[in-house]
Amino acid sequence: MENANIKSSTDRGILNLRLDTLMEKYPYLLDFFNALEINPFPIQNTLAMLIESLPMDHLVQFGLNHKSLSAQILEFIAKMEQCRDKIHGSMDHLVIEGGFDKNGCPETMGITLFPGEVVSVVGPTGSGKSQLLSDIECLAQGDTPSGRKVLPDGKTLDAPSRFSGEFRLVAQLSQNMNFVMDLTVEAFLQMHAESRLIDKIPEKITQVYQSAVMLAGEPFSLNTAITSLSGGQSRALMIADVAYLSASPVVLIDEIENAGIDRIKAVSLLLNKEKIVLIATHDPLLALSCDRRIVIKNGGIADVIKTLAAEKKSAACLADLDRKLGLLRERVRKGKRLIFDQNYFFDHS
Amino acid sequence: MNQVLKKADPSIRLVTVAGPPSSGKTSLILHTATVLLEQGVRIGIIKFDCLTGDDHKRYERAGLPVKKGLAGGLCPDHFFIANIEACVQWGINQGFDLLISESAGLCNRCSPHIKGVLAVCVIDHLSGVHTPRKIGPMLKNADLVILTKGDIVSQAEREVFSFRVRQANAKAAVLPVNGLTGQGSLLAAGHFKTAPAIDSLNGRRLRFTMPAALCSYCLGETKIGPDSQIGNVKTMDFT
Repeated sequence: MENANIKSSTDRGILNLRLDTLMEKYPYLLDFFNALEINPFPIQNTLAMLIESLPMDHLVQFGLNHKSLSAQILEFIAKMEQCRDKIHGSMDHLVIEGGFDKNGCPETMGITLFPGEVVSVVGPTGSGKSQLLSDIECLAQGDTPSGRKVLPDGKTLDAPSRFSGEFRLVAQLSQNMNFVMDLTVEAFLQMHAESRLIDKIPEKITQVYQSAVMLAGEPFSLNTAITSLSGGQSRALMIADVAYLSASPVVLIDEIENAGIDRIKAVSLLLNKEKIVLIATHDPLLALSCDRRIVIKNGGIADVIKTLAAEKKSAACLADLDRKLGLLRERVRKGKRLIFDQNYFFDHS
Repeated sequence: MNQVLKKADPSIRLVTVAGPPSSGKTSLILHTATVLLEQGVRIGIIKFDCLTGDDHKRYERAGLPVKKGLAGGLCPDHFFIANIEACVQWGINQGFDLLISESAGLCNRCSPHIKGVLAVCVIDHLSGVHTPRKIGPMLKNADLVILTKGDIVSQAEREVFSFRVRQANAKAAVLPVNGLTGQGSLLAAGHFKTAPAIDSLNGRRLRFTMPAALCSYCLGETKIGPDSQIGNVKTMDFT
């Protein structure tokens, strides 16, 4: 009861704010008003006066009346402020408690993941990699086919938070994803940054753009339409965008080996952002860039392999091979011939 | 949310699912129903359509009892509201725990949502970031908004899309569901199970008025011209 009173007095406060103060305090309202073709003017008027001044004919087009518009604005502000608060919270670790494999046998083990850690998920097609990723996405509470429990900071998320969809733990990247918006790179990043309610938007845009170009290898401009980016450029922009602009503390990556981007740099970019990165991959180089590998068999976690120092050593050799292959790829791209010495690949001198 | 409450009186939980054509309503319902069937919930489906469709066959194949309602020449939402009470009684007689009604929002103006009945709106990510602003009452008055086809667009676009949905409807729960794999349907099922139980819709109210359909064209007129348009007619302003 007390809460309800406080809420309504906050609401009254908002309704009595002058428009200039209001827009400064809640900048996302500009976009909200744009959507309803409302011009927040004159600025010395209060929000209540603005709502009052709108003709009924105008509101009817949007299925609104004065009362429901006022309610909608207040709800929107409340929700956005709530989201803003949540963004500042962070996660210390993520516990995955073991469930059952496809035969109903208990899983060998669970796993605890930490921010700044990259872990690969390996196993043949159909072994249950997607189920693991899906369990993490919906914060499974023993209620998915695997029976696993996914616990941020080791605690069960309360049902309302889980069912409201407000707490999006996971950002996903996969080979099948495409850009569908008809926007330039700059306008796209602007739109995403605005929806995240962050400050210093121009700097963020520059950061994302520069990282994306670095990952892609092939330069593109801020004025390029996102739909006309090449496969590699799109993937690079998606990864840079997730690193800098996504709120989700966990990133799931599905097969980026063929994307034509610098995958080691891509992974380290995400790690620098203190995210937990899970990669479903069978690429040896990528697997060795991970600290641990989760082995999935018959729907269950069969093993968690720690990458050995000896394996890390072979990573250097693999990286060299990969670089050489990259040079050959560049030759193909430029229309050159591929005649080269066989020792080229194996000679370390 | 994991327990289905047993009901003593003849009542049924009703969920109205609406969304633009091809947004994934049937797929969402099928995946959600699969989860609920495994938990022992008895489910009936009502499929509202304008012209003949094959969606009811998908329900039949999944073993779900389905009744099909074809609006034909009538406004599909008017048809819906004139028939939904009979559907509820059918569901109660059949002994279902849960009745799911699926209807297409063809003009983005309508919303079949009823006060005190769980209202679900389905939109797909491919429809573009401006869609949440265009859909109107069907989205604004929903309790649960399901976003489909997120597996083929970028993370950023998904985030912008759900932001825009919250802009239009800050109260609703917003959940992504993959219509192909069913990923996300578990949480949707959690909502479906908590739909309020009702014994009749008589006396209840729509959340939003339906379009006024009172001109000569509603009655079958096909000829164009001022002499033929009689009744509740609105004209565009070109001044």
